[in-house]
Amino acid sequence: MGIGDAVLPDPVKFVLNWGRRYSLWVFNFGLACCAIEFIATSMGRHDFIRLGVIPFAHGPRQADLMVVSGTVTDKMAPAVKRLYEQMPEPKYVISFGACSNCGGPYWDSYSVTKGVDQIIPVDVYVPGCPPRPEALLQGILRLQDKIAGEQVSLNGGARGARAARSPERSTARVLTAPLVRPDSSP
Amino acid sequence: MVREEVTVGVGDAAAGLHEFPTTDMTLNIGPQHPSTHGVLRLRIVLDGERVVSAEPIVGYMHRGAEKLFEVRDYRQIIVLANRHDWLSAFSNELGVALAVERMLGMEVPERATWLRTLLAELNRILNHLMFLGSYPLEIGAITPVFYAFRERETIQAVMEEAAGGRMHFMFNRVGGIKEEVPAGWTGRVRQAVADVRSRMPDLDGLIRDNEIFLARTRGIGVLTPEQVDAFGISGPVARASGVDFDLRRDEPYLAYGELQESLRVVTRTVGDCHSRFECLLDQVYASLDLADACLDRLASVTGPVNVRLPKTLKAPEGHTYAWTENPLGLNGYFIVSRGEKTPWRCKLRSASFNNIQVLTELLPGTLLPDLVAILGSMFFVVGDIDK
Repeated sequence: MGIGDAVLPDPVKFVLNWGRRYSLWVFNFGLACCAIEFIATSMGRHDFIRLGVIPFAHGPRQADLMVVSGTVTDKMAPAVKRLYEQMPEPKYVISFGACSNCGGPYWDSYSVTKGVDQIIPVDVYVPGCPPRPEALLQGILRLQDKIAGEQVSLNGGARGARAARSPERSTARVLTAPLVRPDSSP
Repeated sequence: MVREEVTVGVGDAAAGLHEFPTTDMTLNIGPQHPSTHGVLRLRIVLDGERVVSAEPIVGYMHRGAEKLFEVRDYRQIIVLANRHDWLSAFSNELGVALAVERMLGMEVPERATWLRTLLAELNRILNHLMFLGSYPLEIGAITPVFYAFRERETIQAVMEEAAGGRMHFMFNRVGGIKEEVPAGWTGRVRQAVADVRSRMPDLDGLIRDNEIFLARTRGIGVLTPEQVDAFGISGPVARASGVDFDLRRDEPYLAYGELQESLRVVTRTVGDCHSRFECLLDQVYASLDLADACLDRLASVTGPVNVRLPKTLKAPEGHTYAWTENPLGLNGYFIVSRGEKTPWRCKLRSASFNNIQVLTELLPGTLLPDLVAILGSMFFVVGDIDK
């Protein structure tokens, strides 16, 4: 945890978290059956846009939330990791369905990654094969609760475990540092 | 090696400069790309906007289903068989059940056969509705998908009521189906079928003869009957090219033999993207009629819906091949048994795997924007390609 993770005043924290939790531009990493249920959740009947989940992100670089829905294979895994790394902080991952949770019915397959959490950190796991749309809605709510409780800092890094994993990330001090004056150099 | 300058021409400016030397550009589409619905990867070589060659690179969804079949017993296979083509789950599990029943010489109760036929047709409607929503979406028409999913939810509700699942029904068993359908269910199915039929014109009128849609699909990606035969293409994609082959009529299984007067095989002759779309669209109406015909018969067919199975289910030594007319095309299981409770080998013949191979011939010469239209119209499911 860097110095940029200093605790912010509660009102600021609230506003930041409030903004983040209700503006989750989602990137659907649709891989298999679960992707169909993800689409069903985005349609009129279940409509997760009312929760502030916006399925119009053009790609990972515009997204806050990645929903990995479906079987991650060993051949696909590098692409999942790469697209996750392209997402800007703060970023969240929902693992949707048994396959991306743990391999699911393909637990003994030679080519299936046994859970997407082996390659990227996951915030919320939604169980089911495939989970019902309602299950995804609950997963989203759980994620929003989690975001609301975050110890935010201005660099967006909230979760201690993940901050420790990428120490090279700039801290809030960069944003608040005063101008560098010519006479400050020795 | 002589180095050439790479020039990429776009639009009219490029069209007017035929003599302008250009170098091919290799473009990688996928495995994760919004226009490939799923994780199909294409490596294409472009000259300007024109595709010079295209190669589908499969395997990103390979889950090793065939190998896993060998370590599952005949009842457990159904779980995995459900999942390779996730839009036609019922038809997939049906193929396994039919194959094992044939090996065992098992007689399936009549009511089970009729219920299976009904559910298979409802599944076909679900599958085609997914296409009717997603295909316009891929080429830029966003609205139809909302109508398609409204109808899907209607059908899914009755499927779920019987089977307990929205997508993976797990309702087939060796020797029949899992259990008798709930009381009053057939009435609700009839209502659902009537509802979908009454609302289909909404979807149909939006898109079928839409001017922009026609411009994007008519005359694009013409598939010849020769190519269909050469690549083993089947299902609606083949029938759109005039290859009139449908197992339900030509080698009837389940109760299709008795449904011949209600069964309408939808064909087109042109073989372009719009024909494929129309085949799938009209097939929804045909399947709705079939579902009604099944319901008529079910009212008078009573009796058990499954047979009692032994504790360990072993198929006798031998082999069999059971194929069904899945929504996407021919789906077959070649099962080799050595008398054990698991198959010694189970080869899965899936429709999409054959259907997309033709892309290597179909795509060269087309424009890049048409590639998306062609790709979508081939209606594949990536799990069905990669197994």
